[in-house]
Amino acid sequence: MIKTLHKYASPMHFHAVARAWSAPLLWLAAALFLAGLVGGLVLAPADYQQGESFRIIYVHVPSAWLSMFAYLVMAGAGATSLIWRVKLMDAIARAAAPLGASFTALALATGSLWGKPMWGTWWVWDARLTSELLLLLLYLGYMALQSAIDDRRAAARAGAVLAVVGVVNIPIIHYSVEWWSTLHQPATITRLGAPAMATSMLIPLLLMALAFQLLFFALLFIRVRSELLEFEQRASWVREILRQARSR
Amino acid sequence: MLNPALVAPRPASFAILRREMLRLYRRRGQLIQPPLFFVLVAVLFPFAIGGDEHLLRALAPATVWISVLLATTLSLEDIFRSDQEDGSLEQLVLMAKSLPGACALKALAHWLSTPAPLIAMAALMSSVHDLEADTRSALLISLVLGTPVFSLVGTIGSALTVGVRGGALLLALLILPLYIPVLIFGAGAVRNATLSTATGSEYFFLAGLSVLAATLAPFATAAGLRARLS
Repeated sequence: MIKTLHKYASPMHFHAVARAWSAPLLWLAAALFLAGLVGGLVLAPADYQQGESFRIIYVHVPSAWLSMFAYLVMAGAGATSLIWRVKLMDAIARAAAPLGASFTALALATGSLWGKPMWGTWWVWDARLTSELLLLLLYLGYMALQSAIDDRRAAARAGAVLAVVGVVNIPIIHYSVEWWSTLHQPATITRLGAPAMATSMLIPLLLMALAFQLLFFALLFIRVRSELLEFEQRASWVREILRQARSR
Repeated sequence: MLNPALVAPRPASFAILRREMLRLYRRRGQLIQPPLFFVLVAVLFPFAIGGDEHLLRALAPATVWISVLLATTLSLEDIFRSDQEDGSLEQLVLMAKSLPGACALKALAHWLSTPAPLIAMAALMSSVHDLEADTRSALLISLVLGTPVFSLVGTIGSALTVGVRGGALLLALLILPLYIPVLIFGAGAVRNATLSTATGSEYFFLAGLSVLAATLAPFATAAGLRARLS
């Protein structure tokens, strides 16, 4: 068991696995994406209160889920790297950060696109919006730290500490922001009280969520591959790959 | 059963604390800088807001909290810088039997060097702002309970950015989002005192955050220092 884990955690082996898996994952994500889009944009009925504009949830909700999932991946990989010094985990943490930041930005952008017709404004200081914005700032801080430290391994280890600190802080930030907004946000927004979703609306959402999840892993594998190649540029297996690529 | 390696032996921790205090005393001229900066920022607000007395008094708690936060953030870079420049930081990491303990003492020294003078200055400023007695005491209590988080969490950021080019700005980017809970509860306590509503819960939250930071932050600082110096 440990031996298998060890084998898969070796940069060379993971690089091969990631190379084999990223293309099929991308195709599968594209197929599910198409199915989810058709289901969400064509087949699902318009919402009786929000009309057509509810359809943005098919991008918004999966992005918001992934924005948190990517942070957990980043911090989990960071903690693993701090405890067991697994090189692969450094690469995974570094690769996950820009992806998480992108999904967070996508969630914020689609949210404010939805907010304009629904709330009449692009932005409100609502608890969820604010903590999502702070999550984006945490991602950007991690990336700023990565680019400020030249040595990749040192940068990855410092980033791992920051990511773990962030994971402890995210619930605190989230609940304190929620507390702040319930006390001080005048109740101007009448939101729909979590309506039960019709199945015809829910199924496309789940398809889209799955598509986004697969897309995340496909992109993560591609980014991890390039991280590994740079991390290990002096290793013989990287030279071998480069030689093959040149002779092709 | 505590791991003996985690408990600092008394002589070492005394020596570290004594060194920090000595450094503080020798650079006592610098102690005035954060309060001066704090006053300057607090003076900027009336110019930006305008001369409306009511508005200024209503915003005074927020301006004091934000000025304290900014003055503290600016001073974080110094926590490890001189130690890193003269090489004693590496000695500390190599030598200290309990690096987290040493980091906690560093945070304590920072609290004494920056937030503590700031709180004294805030007491003065609150008479300038002509705050009521309730508001003033709420402001001071919330600052005393909340600022340890600034020092403790800030020490983590200082450790992570030690020796990095443009470290001060990067440090602010990393650390400010983590300060938001303290700002929410601290400024909230003062606001509630102004409205004469109960402020107990905010005090408990602030004290809880400080205890949590004191428990965990030194370990994160130690891990950060090891990550930066290995």
